[in-house]
Amino acid sequence: MYFSTDTATTPLPKIPEGDLKDKWSNFKTQARLVSPNNRKNYRILVVGTGLSGASAAASLAELGYQVTTFCFQDSPRRAHSVAAQGGVNAMKNYKNDGDSVFRMFYDTLKGGDFRAREANVYRLAECSASLIDQAVAQGVPFAREYSGYLSNRSFGGVQVSRTFYARGQTGQQLLLGAYQAMMRQVHLGKVTCYSRHEMLDLVTENGTAKGILVRNLDTGEISRHAAHAVVLATGGFGKIYYLSTLAMGCNGSAIWRAHKKGAWASCPSWTQIHPTCLPQSGNHQSKLTLMSESLRNDGRIWTPRVKNEDRKPVDIPEEDRDYYLERRYPSFGNLAPRDIASRAAKERIDAGHGVGPLKNAVFLDFKDAIANQGKETIVKKYGNLFSMYEKITGINAYEQPMMISPAAHFSMGGLWVDYELSSSISGLYVIGEANFSDHGANRLGANSLLQACVDGYYILPQTLPHYLAQLVKSEKPETNTPAFEESENKVRKQLSELCQINGSKTVDHFHRELGKILYDKCGLSRTEKGLTAAIEAIRSLRQEFYQNLKIPPNQNGINEELEKAGRVADYLEIGELMCIDALSRQESCGAHFREEFQTPDGEAKRNDREYAFISCWKPGNPNPVLIKEPLHFEFTEPTERSYK
Amino acid sequence: MKFKLKIWRQESPSAEGKLVDYEVKDISADTSFLEMLDQLNETLILRGENPVSFDYDCREGICGQCSLFINGRAHGPLDQTSTCQLHMRSFKDGQTIYIEPFRASAFPIKKDLRIDRQALDKIIASGGYISVSTGQAPEANQTRISSDEVESAFDAASCIGCGACVASCKNGSAALFTAAKISHLFQLPQGKIEHKKRTQNMVKAMDQLGFGACSNTGACEVECPQGISIRHIALMNKEYWK
Repeated sequence: MYFSTDTATTPLPKIPEGDLKDKWSNFKTQARLVSPNNRKNYRILVVGTGLSGASAAASLAELGYQVTTFCFQDSPRRAHSVAAQGGVNAMKNYKNDGDSVFRMFYDTLKGGDFRAREANVYRLAECSASLIDQAVAQGVPFAREYSGYLSNRSFGGVQVSRTFYARGQTGQQLLLGAYQAMMRQVHLGKVTCYSRHEMLDLVTENGTAKGILVRNLDTGEISRHAAHAVVLATGGFGKIYYLSTLAMGCNGSAIWRAHKKGAWASCPSWTQIHPTCLPQSGNHQSKLTLMSESLRNDGRIWTPRVKNEDRKPVDIPEEDRDYYLERRYPSFGNLAPRDIASRAAKERIDAGHGVGPLKNAVFLDFKDAIANQGKETIVKKYGNLFSMYEKITGINAYEQPMMISPAAHFSMGGLWVDYELSSSISGLYVIGEANFSDHGANRLGANSLLQACVDGYYILPQTLPHYLAQLVKSEKPETNTPAFEESENKVRKQLSELCQINGSKTVDHFHRELGKILYDKCGLSRTEKGLTAAIEAIRSLRQEFYQNLKIPPNQNGINEELEKAGRVADYLEIGELMCIDALSRQESCGAHFREEFQTPDGEAKRNDREYAFISCWKPGNPNPVLIKEPLHFEFTEPTERSYK
Repeated sequence: MKFKLKIWRQESPSAEGKLVDYEVKDISADTSFLEMLDQLNETLILRGENPVSFDYDCREGICGQCSLFINGRAHGPLDQTSTCQLHMRSFKDGQTIYIEPFRASAFPIKKDLRIDRQALDKIIASGGYISVSTGQAPEANQTRISSDEVESAFDAASCIGCGACVASCKNGSAALFTAAKISHLFQLPQGKIEHKKRTQNMVKAMDQLGFGACSNTGACEVECPQGISIRHIALMNKEYWK
């Protein structure tokens, strides 16, 4: 056995009383408050300045709290939210197409294969409309109709148009809105920003978060920061697969180091593999570029009917093309949710119908869209995506179909949080992609920008004061404590150990190896045998890492290899927990597809009787400990998730 | 493919730097420019030498962290392409490539090709926003904005903050960067009210942070990876003197 189960502990999700639609209001009505003149006495640390971190920092500072932010990039504006392309969902029902808060809630819950809390998901849908108002007021240039009203498009897994978009740069524009709001607070002296600083440890005393240790990546200096509360907004860890759509610096270190201090990790193996990315083309590739899901509004996905087709795609006639998504999922077609579209692509590629030099891709074809709507319309809708495709591949996608392939993209899993976004460590809050909350086992497109914003703008500014208000007023944050001392010693020891190995392989070598193991055995599909083998392989890779790593040994000044080594050291532990998590869940749900548990036609087969729970992992010696938070469905009935 | 590289190496901000020769071989044409540098670094690390320090993060042309002056041009030979999206197929086999940092007095060199661009954040902090707090916003469709106005504001808003404009300007001016933000917010009805103050404050901050003046050479527009036009500078100047 790779883990043990603790049935004595019951997680407290702290879901408010009342009807589904009243829960959030009930919380807000009953929450404790901090009076305006007292707020300046509370110090809050926000780690990560993406959409959730920047929006939280700005909103908390506007309320009057003293906020300090940290990011590893050279400017807060560069956090990876910036790369989100397609859009952000919100329930405005501007299209009069039958949208409602309940429908959006249900789509999201069903999209996540009924593996999220009803109350959390409902709140996400409920707060979505205000976000669009806020972003427009900040100057986010969402697409407009000629009449001047906001425009919408559709994303996967829904049958209404509720996605707001800003060309193919929605994430950039939303992030700039949040970044600018935060910089306004910097100017007012309410926020202090540290760029090129990486969190290396969470400091706790008696199970309560007291602060963090950070390393200045330019000078190597390690500093202590104490506060009344710590907020982790550090994003996802999909970069663990090495090749992914994430930025090179994205990592799981902050949440993992908090986990080692006791914060539970939830469902870490639930990773979204995005269906529309550029395929791998060689061994020296460092990332896989995402092509927005919005392309599936007009593009048709297909593979050749016969194996090893050698005609050019434009020469293959209709009758020899297999539009497999339209064939298998007639009611959603090319807009089937991401997990389903990715698995269907893998099925075709594994069956020998893949295209491209490495036979690892499928076609995404705009031939019909161009014929029906005219090239000009397609240029207007997707021009920047087509030119990005051409820059990277050298192929003109107006003339030939694009070639796309699935790639690791989003971590549904993360640190466990309750309804108030508090982790299992008191005073430690986790927001955005870093937490496990609203998306269940699969996230719908355009819901990640939404969740990051809603957590930062609307939820945390209500729930964090509820915590702060009950703290003892006389206790001031203090860095000169034994807990900080111990933590700093540990961090310094880790850094020198990594520098002293002096082996013969680079950090990237270990990262690539880990990525391969995880992609093969804990990626789009998983088996007991594969996961067991992966755990053993990761353990021996980790052993080799500590014996054979080679990095430049300087700890002062810039040393990118040392930064990467720390992150990969954590990945080598996170990867093992991912496999254990996937092994422990003997069912298929959403992106977690266990080959042993599928319907006769190859769809994910859930087991609600035994697995309707959120897995909460507590660090244990020698094995991690599983605690189950049961999911109760009071307002919906979990059904088989069909998009046929 | 193989290449001769002449790379700017500089140990620290205060150290003296110089161009150092390197050679790379067996590079596939589909390799990106930064991946080619990754491969060079992998060799250097295994030889026990210090790898070349350079900035990057998203590697898909949107975060604005990558930089580099490649053969005398910011972000290399292609128009409207950031360094991370440049591929080796854009170079000739055997070519010599000069790789230098973005140079400007407001962008001190940290190490090798890495630079400090915090001055750009400070310009934004001085006024590059609409002063709306969370919770104050009215219904989004209440203010109608024509599609053309939004698209025109978007052209300015698409700035990725890389600083190529500053590095390409003989005066080291941040006029395009600053004007792009002023113009983005000015062109939207919700940004008009505090426009006067914003323009004054941002221009003042730009001057105080050590950026030079704009003398309308237009180099910034040519090298901008997002193709942002210098007409925004004209708008900034007009509004500043109004």
